[in-house]
Amino acid sequence: MSAALKFVSRRAAASEAASLLTTATPANQPRMPPSRPLTLPPPVSALNLRLRALFALLLPPLLGIAGLLLVWALVAKGSDYLPGPGKTFTSAVQLFSDPFYRTGPNDQGIAWNLLASLERVAKGFGAAVLVGIPLGFLIGRFSVLNRALQPIISLLRPVSPLAWLPIGLAVFQAANPAAVFTIFICAIWPLLINTALGVASVPQDYLNVARVLNLSEWKVFTRILLPASIPYVLTGAKLSLGIAWLAIVASEMLTGGTGIGFWLWDEWNNLNMEHILIAILVVGLVGLLLEQGMSAIARRYDYRSQ
Amino acid sequence: MSAYLEIDNLSVAFRSRGGGSFLAVRDVDVQVAQGEFISIIGHSGCGKSTVLNAIAGLVDPARGGVVLGGREINGPSPERAVVFQNHSLLPWLSCYGNVHLAVERVFGGKESREQLKARSLAALELVGLSHCRDKRPAEISGGMKQRVGIARALAMEPKVLLMDEPFGALDALTRANLQDSLMEIQLKTQATVVMITHDVDEAVLLSDRVVMMTNGPAATVGEILSIELARPRKRLELADQPAYNHYRSEILRFLYERQGHPSSEAA
Repeated sequence: MSAALKFVSRRAAASEAASLLTTATPANQPRMPPSRPLTLPPPVSALNLRLRALFALLLPPLLGIAGLLLVWALVAKGSDYLPGPGKTFTSAVQLFSDPFYRTGPNDQGIAWNLLASLERVAKGFGAAVLVGIPLGFLIGRFSVLNRALQPIISLLRPVSPLAWLPIGLAVFQAANPAAVFTIFICAIWPLLINTALGVASVPQDYLNVARVLNLSEWKVFTRILLPASIPYVLTGAKLSLGIAWLAIVASEMLTGGTGIGFWLWDEWNNLNMEHILIAILVVGLVGLLLEQGMSAIARRYDYRSQ
Repeated sequence: MSAYLEIDNLSVAFRSRGGGSFLAVRDVDVQVAQGEFISIIGHSGCGKSTVLNAIAGLVDPARGGVVLGGREINGPSPERAVVFQNHSLLPWLSCYGNVHLAVERVFGGKESREQLKARSLAALELVGLSHCRDKRPAEISGGMKQRVGIARALAMEPKVLLMDEPFGALDALTRANLQDSLMEIQLKTQATVVMITHDVDEAVLLSDRVVMMTNGPAATVGEILSIELARPRKRLELADQPAYNHYRSEILRFLYERQGHPSSEAA
């Protein structure tokens, strides 16, 4: 409803701007409203308003997507290798008609590959949550620990995800745990840093309340630190999950076997450009869904939005 | 009159940015009787809050100390409840939850669940907010938040209620309303109260004695004025009483003649 109102008022503003342009008056004269009888716009039904609002909401993104498809089609026309949107779509229909086939360890349907990637992300991200959040709390609460770990965090955080892969391979002697390890170590930093920041920036007023009440360290944690820092923790988790998804595609290209990253690289070896484009869109779509999911969780548990 | 709360030659120093230390308050000496209502008034920056924080145990004295009921205080404790200037309610708890957190801490080991609940509800009732028990602080007005803060402090049945400019952030009408409520509550509970204020009318209306502080740094007690007006006091009736106006002008004279405002001195 408010979107509908906004839409109407934007139209009103536009028409006022237009009237400003047409009825330009000398600066020293007060601008008089045009001398026409005050008329209200013709009544619009509620359904009509809602349809208009929906249209206004959907039109810009649809135009954007149409623009992208147009540019893609134009570029594909001039290229020998890049397939256009039409060809890619046909290929996608074929691909998604049988997403769960399995003819061998290196030849599986796209859904299996996607699920393999998601499973690695779940493991690596889950481990990062289990280690990163408690450690972040300790760092935020005890400044000695903060000073002890800050140099290490600052040093390791900027390291590219793939740089950790050889370490993982050497330690675990297997591709799959190495990929999970890579996810873990990339995903832990935003969790660690945001949790620590959240705990350290709990307002002193709340801690004074805890001091006057003489709350135990456990009560301070459950009643004050935890709820106060949850928004920060969830922001960290959102960033972490995004990084995990970025890193998995890259590490699977190197480790091979299964996974959407492996599949993408495999299709490059097959010179199947349609499938590469589909893989890019699928990776983007899944990343978007993961982020939306985390945002929904963040909204659910943030005390400020309740 | 035996002193219940003794502020005994209290001096508090803070570390200054250069690494040295400066004396915020010096040799503050006040005796408070049980059930007495004391206001501490002075210009901003004179260390009123520092005195209160020292009684609360939130800052440590450099010299001297505070004795409550025969025992020297050593750190914060629920026996000295604080009503903070900005209410300091926890935004993720309901009004009831905020009060109950304090009740649980103070009476948790000794009383049943029902008794604890009854205490929390009674405290909300005392400040007239029973209908807001399930609301969050963000959903109620500033005056109501301050009432919840008072309810939380009173629910702990503290030996002393410490109030740090409790009504400073409120509009005049809400403030008057809360002052009246506070007088009623104090009459009912016979609480011992130390309140920081910079409002002369508030100090005269509410207090048994007003402690006037000199300007900081190294502020100390300039004068203590006994307000001998009968209770219960009615705001409108007092306004016409010569005694009320006498006390008022005594404090104003101290603040503006003897302790001219620091900023106007500098100008």
